[in-house]
Amino acid sequence: MLKQTIENLGHSTLQSVWRIGFAARFFVVMLLHSGTAFRRFGLTIREMYFTGVLSLVIILVSGLFVGMVLGLQGYETLQTYGSEEALGILVALSLVRELGPVVAALLFASRAGSAITAEIGLMKATEQLSAMEMMAVDPIARVVAPRFWAGVISMPLLAALFSAMGIFGGYLVGVQLIGVDEGAFWSQMKSAVDFDQDILNGVIKSVVFGVAITTIALFEGYDAPPTAEGVSGATTRTVVTSSLAVLALDFVLTAFMFRGLN
Amino acid sequence: MNKTVLDLWVGLFVIAGIVALLFLALKVGSMSAIKPGESYEVVARFDNIGGLKPRAPVKSAGVVVGRVADIRFDNETYEAAVTLRVDKRYAFPKDTSAAIMTSGLLGEQYIGLEAGGDSETLKDRDQIFLTQSAVVLENLIGQFIYGKAQEGPTQ
Repeated sequence: MLKQTIENLGHSTLQSVWRIGFAARFFVVMLLHSGTAFRRFGLTIREMYFTGVLSLVIILVSGLFVGMVLGLQGYETLQTYGSEEALGILVALSLVRELGPVVAALLFASRAGSAITAEIGLMKATEQLSAMEMMAVDPIARVVAPRFWAGVISMPLLAALFSAMGIFGGYLVGVQLIGVDEGAFWSQMKSAVDFDQDILNGVIKSVVFGVAITTIALFEGYDAPPTAEGVSGATTRTVVTSSLAVLALDFVLTAFMFRGLN
Repeated sequence: MNKTVLDLWVGLFVIAGIVALLFLALKVGSMSAIKPGESYEVVARFDNIGGLKPRAPVKSAGVVVGRVADIRFDNETYEAAVTLRVDKRYAFPKDTSAAIMTSGLLGEQYIGLEAGGDSETLKDRDQIFLTQSAVVLENLIGQFIYGKAQEGPTQ
């Protein structure tokens, strides 16, 4: 009984180390084979349609609602200190620094990441990837790399759209609905949000999240057992792992970016 | 390779993303960092800087004219040496005075510059000699109590 437990533990540890090593090699090979993704940019544009354009609706609508909630909640709290005019700062800073990149990345992981894993997993299960290799077409260059670059390009654009939409939502609720002074809302926001410190750091965050999510999604699909069960398990793992990776990476990046600010 | 409807959508998506970034950059954020080429640095020494932080605003007549670039402790005079980076568009007389002030009761601390009457203006690497330290609440209370005690019993 005890022997069995220890054996299982050792086996699963060894398996996960094996998988991490394979994932690292997969990442490097994918980067080395990225030439095709740029030489035949049509492939990347096609994937950008599926990962970026089709995620637009959910990103825009969630951004609007997140901004509106921030406007309502922020107003309630700021009101007790008599500084309702700072609502613009609160909405803009929380969106640009944290909520924009992170929530957009979480939505991206569940909307686009899962689709990538399922697609590649199914391609593998139906032996389309092997068929490509038979025809001397490298599946990593033809299938994987364009999806990676499409995700990396789409993610910062989606995060920026999320933040802009959220600020618009905060403006709708704060200024139009509650009646915070419009001039103070925009001018205080403008004086408090710094382009280098806040906006560029938010963009860097979303690029890192884009790399992490698409790499995890592509690897899970490529490594999925070629069965219906295997593909469904891989899809679930993509969403779980990439969400965790986004939140953990966000902590690390925030610690680096905003620690020495004052 | 033919143009497809798909390309149009992706193009619209990319343009929308760039517009959103521009909106964030122009409407929401501001380039507050003054570039070294467009500014000059002056040093002001204070006995006590209170809670002044780097990047705090330097204001004159309430208008932001620069930023605090650096705060250092001078081990020879036991004073705080504060480097101010002032926008080149604004020139100040040599006998300008600097004071550390607080915006509002609980607000952030900033440096207020009060222009003097000298005809010569401050150059890069000059020093401001007339300075007024931050008001430390504990010292103020201490002075008040000391003053009361000197008055003696009020009976």
